[in-house]
Amino acid sequence: MASRFTRSNGTGWMFAGPAVFLVGTFLLLPFGFAFILSFTNQRLVSPNPTSFVGLSNYQQLLGVATLRLSPERDADGAVVTDAEGQPQFPAVRGFTRNNPDFPQYNGMREWFSIGLGQDRLVVLARDLVFMKAIVNTVVFVLVVAPVQGGLALCLALLINQRLRGINVFRTIYFMPVVVSIVVVSLLWRFIYSPDNGLLNNMLGTLSFGLIPTVDWLGNPSTALGSIIAMSIWQAVGFHMVIWLSGLQTISPTLYEAAELEGASKWQGFRYVTWPGLRNTAVLVLIVITMQAFALFAQIDVMTRGGPLDSTQTIVFQAVERGYGKQDISGGSAISVILFVIVLTISLTQRYLTRERR
Amino acid sequence: MTKLTRLTGALALTTALAGPALAQTELTMWYHGAGNDVEMRLITQVIDDFNASQSDWVVRMESFPQIAYNDSVVAAALAGNLPDILDVDGPVMPNWAWAGYMQPLPIDESLIADFLPGTKGIWNDELYSIGLWDAAVALVTRQSTLDALGLRTPTLAEPWTGEEFMAALDAAKATGDWEYPLDLGMAWTGEWYPYAFSPFLQSFGGDIVDRSTYQTAEGALNGEAALAFGEWWQSLFAEGYAPGTSQDPAARDSGFQDGRYAFSWNGNWAALGALEAFDDTVFLPAPDFGNGPIIGAASWQFGVSATSDHPEGAAAFIEFALQPEYLAAFSDGIGLIPATLEAAAMTENYAEGGPMAVFFDLSAEQALVRPVTPGYVVAAKVFEKALADIANGADVADTLDAAVDEINADIARNGGYGHN
Repeated sequence: MASRFTRSNGTGWMFAGPAVFLVGTFLLLPFGFAFILSFTNQRLVSPNPTSFVGLSNYQQLLGVATLRLSPERDADGAVVTDAEGQPQFPAVRGFTRNNPDFPQYNGMREWFSIGLGQDRLVVLARDLVFMKAIVNTVVFVLVVAPVQGGLALCLALLINQRLRGINVFRTIYFMPVVVSIVVVSLLWRFIYSPDNGLLNNMLGTLSFGLIPTVDWLGNPSTALGSIIAMSIWQAVGFHMVIWLSGLQTISPTLYEAAELEGASKWQGFRYVTWPGLRNTAVLVLIVITMQAFALFAQIDVMTRGGPLDSTQTIVFQAVERGYGKQDISGGSAISVILFVIVLTISLTQRYLTRERR
Repeated sequence: MTKLTRLTGALALTTALAGPALAQTELTMWYHGAGNDVEMRLITQVIDDFNASQSDWVVRMESFPQIAYNDSVVAAALAGNLPDILDVDGPVMPNWAWAGYMQPLPIDESLIADFLPGTKGIWNDELYSIGLWDAAVALVTRQSTLDALGLRTPTLAEPWTGEEFMAALDAAKATGDWEYPLDLGMAWTGEWYPYAFSPFLQSFGGDIVDRSTYQTAEGALNGEAALAFGEWWQSLFAEGYAPGTSQDPAARDSGFQDGRYAFSWNGNWAALGALEAFDDTVFLPAPDFGNGPIIGAASWQFGVSATSDHPEGAAAFIEFALQPEYLAAFSDGIGLIPATLEAAAMTENYAEGGPMAVFFDLSAEQALVRPVTPGYVVAAKVFEKALADIANGADVADTLDAAVDEINADIARNGGYGHN
């Protein structure tokens, strides 16, 4: 396998060397460890020997089953209904706890259920918290990727002008990126506070007290949204700069030519700017997606996964299990699952946004 | 180059000279109090006194911020770099002893015969750690509040029953003078939850795990007593008796002093602030929900690492630190409960008739240590999440069942945590 690449590329290897060494030591090697550990019962603190347990960590995390429940019937066979006329179903707890007839459901919990005629199809998860973490993370990515990318582009277009004092705006938009995410999260905890928080005060004043105080982070229906909004704001400046660099690679002569041809502002954007930003767009999308999947610090500082698991995320669960609950193998398995998810999505994005010739 | 050689030579020479001249064996010690000036001054004083008092040992301390301390010890243990003397949070000690981080503490047992039970770290019938102080929790309120609401003052001999406690909260709520009748400190996430709230569960008759075997939580954490506790716990938040998990930490720290809460469930470390705010602050014992009034026990303690080559030296230092004047100094400095009655008499706050003397009695009378098992570290996390979820409206039975499953699965994965 002696090729030009390996034989006479000494300078190239010397240039790549430091990066290869660092990436290898701090990314590839730990990930290799995580991959191996995820098939063991390794603990953070334990005198017991480690042994291979096959896929059981993955089965524990990803186990899902369905259970079809028929409504309860009284002696005559009529459906028992509750006070509101809804049919009564037997408790799921009766099937999932110490029921020798249904050993396959033992220890599972109800995730959600769908109506199926008269019956109810209950979807059970072996690890409900992890399932919620996956769903929350996916929701987070689906909202943050387009909104943050779009907003960053708008800001980039705004500041890509030759105006006096434009650097002030550039600095302001970029500022949250430079501040530590932990500090930003703490500040936003105050902003969202139901106890005279800035946001509640502002909404109250602007609406003359019509909007009641909302416990943004303490309410399961608003917590994830609040974290999404804050996260978009925090990192939008970073992507703005990437867009800006893309904008500045577009030759001004193209705009002049478009203007001479009588193109409107929108046409200029649609047929000159946007095609010129193609590679930047791919980069921004992939970077946002990967960063969004790694959502951790905001959760750790602001909600710790609560209330009622409404802000659990994959990485938070990996850390919580690996260190908090000393279950290194479980945490490793979560990391591997995250890796597979992100890799799949990145490859798909690459494929969908490839240059068609 | 010559400069470096000369420097190295000089260093080697001075080291060689200094070594035999001192003839003392160095003991390393880790402490969790970095960032707390008063605490660091106190512990440094103990170390200096010890180093000056004899010529066999010299203790060198490294301090860590509390939040990073446990992680540092675990990392050091994995790397084989543990110091000789460790300090350890009481409920975590069995985990470290089981994992082989610590060895039994070879000190004279008669020295600690009078110590509060919560200060002794005993695992598998052996003493592994000993604390200079304990901590206690009380129901903080004002005498004027009790008088205004027409409430009986509960005593250690005759604490409030569960009904009396709820009646007191109802009375406070009915006046509308306070934002909430009760402040439980839900803003303090982490160890506060199991430390402060599992005693309620125990008073109902449940527990985090079944202490007869430590092999299961089934029945203890999801039995009838636990379900009753869970329903009661949920009602505290659903019916507006207490602020929930989104309580602002600042409101927790100063809410009682600002008159926002009628009662506050808080520790002795916060007692001085409450006393400064109101002259008539009183500290009431925990209510009895049927299985006796109970509060948590055990704070930070000292032990010897398993890898120490000089356990006798480490033990000598710990014995030295157990002198009553140091116990009293820590108490006066940072408000902790001294471990003995003798030391309590020497303090400002815990002496007979002192403003916080009641905490000493609370520790002696009501205290129950958290489950003494290596699995506590995980069970505590599971318990914390279950209580937060129930407070936020999750189904009580389902949540407790899930907590039991998680604790049991963890015990199984750890081969029963080495209980005999």
